[in-house]
Amino acid sequence: MKTDNNRAWFLILPVLLCVAFSAILPLMTVVNYSVQDILSPTQSVFVGTEWFKTVLRDADLHGALARQLVFSLAVLVVQIPLGILIALCMPAAGWRASLALVLIALPLLIPWNVVGTIWQIFGRGDIGLMGYGLNALGMQYNYNGNAMDAWMTVLVMDIWHWTPLVALLCYAGLRAIPDAYYQAARIDGASRFAVFRFIELPKMRNVLMIAVLLRFMDSFMIYTEPFVLTGGGPGNATTFLSQYLTQKAVGQFDLGPASAFSLIYFLIILLFCFVLYTWMQRVGTGDAT
Amino acid sequence: MMDKRIGTVLLIAFLLLSLLPIYWMVNMSFKTNEEITGTLSLWPQQLTFANYRTIFTDPSWYSGYLNSMLYVAMNMVFSVAVALPAAYAFSRYNFLGDKHLFFWLLTNRMTPPAVFLLPFFQLYSTVGLMDTHLAVALAHMVFNVPLAVWILEGFMSGIPREIDETAYIDGYGFPRFFVKIFLPMIKSGIGVTAFFCFMFSWVELLLARTLTSVNAKPIAATMTRTVSAAGMDWGVLAAAGVLTIVPGALVIWFVRHYIAKGFAMGRV
Amino acid sequence: MARIDLIDLGHAYRPHPAAPGDYALKPMTKTWDDGGAYALLGPSGCGKTTLLNIISGLVKPSHGRVLFDGQDVTQLPTESRNIAQVFQFPVIYDTMTVYDNLAFPLRNRGWKERETRVRVQQVAAMLELSGDLKHRASGLSVDAKQKISLGRGLVRPSVAAVLFDEPLTVIDPHLKWLLRRKLKEIHHELKLTLIYVTHDQVEALTFADQVVVMTEGEVVQTGSAQALFEAPAHTFVGYFIGNPGMNLLPCTVRDGAAWVGGHALALSGAAQAALDHARGTITLGVRPEFVECVPSPGAAGDTVPATVLSVRNMGTHLLAEFRLGDQRVAAKLRAMAAGAGSTVHLRFPQQRTLYYINDQRVA
Repeated sequence: MKTDNNRAWFLILPVLLCVAFSAILPLMTVVNYSVQDILSPTQSVFVGTEWFKTVLRDADLHGALARQLVFSLAVLVVQIPLGILIALCMPAAGWRASLALVLIALPLLIPWNVVGTIWQIFGRGDIGLMGYGLNALGMQYNYNGNAMDAWMTVLVMDIWHWTPLVALLCYAGLRAIPDAYYQAARIDGASRFAVFRFIELPKMRNVLMIAVLLRFMDSFMIYTEPFVLTGGGPGNATTFLSQYLTQKAVGQFDLGPASAFSLIYFLIILLFCFVLYTWMQRVGTGDAT
Repeated sequence: MMDKRIGTVLLIAFLLLSLLPIYWMVNMSFKTNEEITGTLSLWPQQLTFANYRTIFTDPSWYSGYLNSMLYVAMNMVFSVAVALPAAYAFSRYNFLGDKHLFFWLLTNRMTPPAVFLLPFFQLYSTVGLMDTHLAVALAHMVFNVPLAVWILEGFMSGIPREIDETAYIDGYGFPRFFVKIFLPMIKSGIGVTAFFCFMFSWVELLLARTLTSVNAKPIAATMTRTVSAAGMDWGVLAAAGVLTIVPGALVIWFVRHYIAKGFAMGRV
Repeated sequence: MARIDLIDLGHAYRPHPAAPGDYALKPMTKTWDDGGAYALLGPSGCGKTTLLNIISGLVKPSHGRVLFDGQDVTQLPTESRNIAQVFQFPVIYDTMTVYDNLAFPLRNRGWKERETRVRVQQVAAMLELSGDLKHRASGLSVDAKQKISLGRGLVRPSVAAVLFDEPLTVIDPHLKWLLRRKLKEIHHELKLTLIYVTHDQVEALTFADQVVVMTEGEVVQTGSAQALFEAPAHTFVGYFIGNPGMNLLPCTVRDGAAWVGGHALALSGAAQAALDHARGTITLGVRPEFVECVPSPGAAGDTVPATVLSVRNMGTHLLAEFRLGDQRVAAKLRAMAAGAGSTVHLRFPQQRTLYYINDQRVA
């Protein structure tokens, strides 16, 4: 049970200084630009919500948003259970645990542009192991030409890249469960599944929450890896929201609409995360600690 | 136990699949660009160390490595140090605005770092911290600190409050309790937080590249120079990728006992 | 209800223990009577939790056998052993109600709902949890949660022994007393064998009929609270039990007397016989409660001179510390005339003075 103590603010202060300060400035800048039409570095006109309306009416945006939502949903649906499963399979102690930790973590350590680059070659039918292998199995696999293949490749690449994050979080969460719970479960005659359902899963609530929010956010903002791999193609089949924003900002828009888009982007993520957060808080326990 | 064997089989299967692209990257790093783009070969037909040589002999590559490691290490230490008290406060106390503040912290991660680019550029130029390791370490705290606070708070909340109180009854002062009793109980949380702070800072390209020019230029930035006049320098890129894995593997090796249980020696 | 026998039971974590130090639990043979309430008392690291876990089956001993009512259960897994264990902190299933928590062990063993309900309500009544059955277990106070942990152990009728591993550690002091009383009630009613591990001597001495004192992996004495107090068989027992513990003074035997701190003390006939030809370190033990302080010296060998170091008023008695030669002696006295620095004479009543050779009692 938490105690009331307003002096706890002193403990929070360092965090606030580091983060708040550096976050408010950009936010103010973005909000500022989003309501102005910047004709030149010295001339700008206040346009109110016009940019927001323009951006929201953009049909291409709707397409990118829809693709993004499907992608993020697929990411969550696959990576969370898979991560939990791997964490359950990893050894708890000894040299085997150390080895497993290092091997699992490797994909996370590669810079994201290199990830895209490797998969570019990896997926090619002529010079890449995966492409060649899939074609040899009889599939007509071509991630450059076929939209579905491109989607699957981007998805598999993301799963390869980021499931270890979920796995590591869940693994750490599992290790934090005291032995006594497992011992008590043995005495109670609980089955392996009961141990998972009544001990492990509830005790992983906190890490799972972080994993879900993190994966949602990061997948919703994904840019480098799919951009390097497919360039958003074929056509705009794998053009997700971040890439769309960049295309527009660099290509057509100026600072005004781009800022408005950024704000909307941010608010969408915020909304989804808030919903996920609130929902996950309620699920599982109803106690008031 | 039947169950353990299935688990091991599944794990090995996943690891094998997971290591395939890594193997491919290592493979590429020992090939020439011609071989990479020309043929499919499971191991280099013409083994070459030229890619690695390029990296090791080019002074900017080498210093890029050191620069990255320096600011990443700084960031790790700062982020965890600052996050620990905050996480404890969120976990143990109710105070004005605590729930909102907690969620708001995470919102800093809900925008692409690109949004911070210009303001940070202006800010660090103004205070004269441009092109320093400190600047990048601080800038990266924007997304690492919220993550650290959230993860640590989660682990801290898993420790019942009664343990705190029992320690006070036993006569422990707060600092001693925190360091000797509390922190060891959330070891796995600290280990995983440290590793994630390392990882996210290590691979972050945009801010690191923007805030530095010469003195503190990181490895990731120099790698984007691999597109030369002759086209993409695949081999060098792959070699650089291999080399970027090494420090990370070392970090997780060092925190492995924090994340996993040590040998179960059994208490009495 | 079961009698538990430990035959030559030892445990070492290394595969080939060579020296006694390699054993977490030195080989021992011991019987725990059916229906007895035992306390397993000792400092941290003495092996008591290891012993408990071996009895419950969570740890397989490297050496020796465990018998329940004559049946060898050493290789049996925990779930087949009909024991219950309560841990240092409450172990409950957070997502379940109190009722479901208590019903869990029965449901896992295939019990029908109707019989489960009867049994759960019985146990809940015994533990005064009936009102909370529908509540989520995670929302209750710590002591209630410990009761639930205990309840899950008691809910199986076949439970033979209940093992406690310092269960009151996280309970508020004023609630500890209530829970201890509840445990005694349950013991009385159900007549289970109870083994209670603790490092707190007050807890051990008030809870148990028999206290088993352990140190460094071995059992040094088993007895009632009184026996442990008056006749500790090992210097460790003397030191550990009592507040402050027994005065343990190194001594030598010469010319038929015990020499402590440079002064001679007469030995009783029995003590003399036991200490004759003594090999090893001789220690004299006398409890502060029995040390007498007299103003003038008695006959030779009756008293020893000592200097007063300090006298503290503890409310119910005075705690005095003396220097005897190069040794310190503590005494609990009703009254004390002399102040610090003065010389007094201490008498150690012969029937209360115990002698140990290499820490084992001989007289």
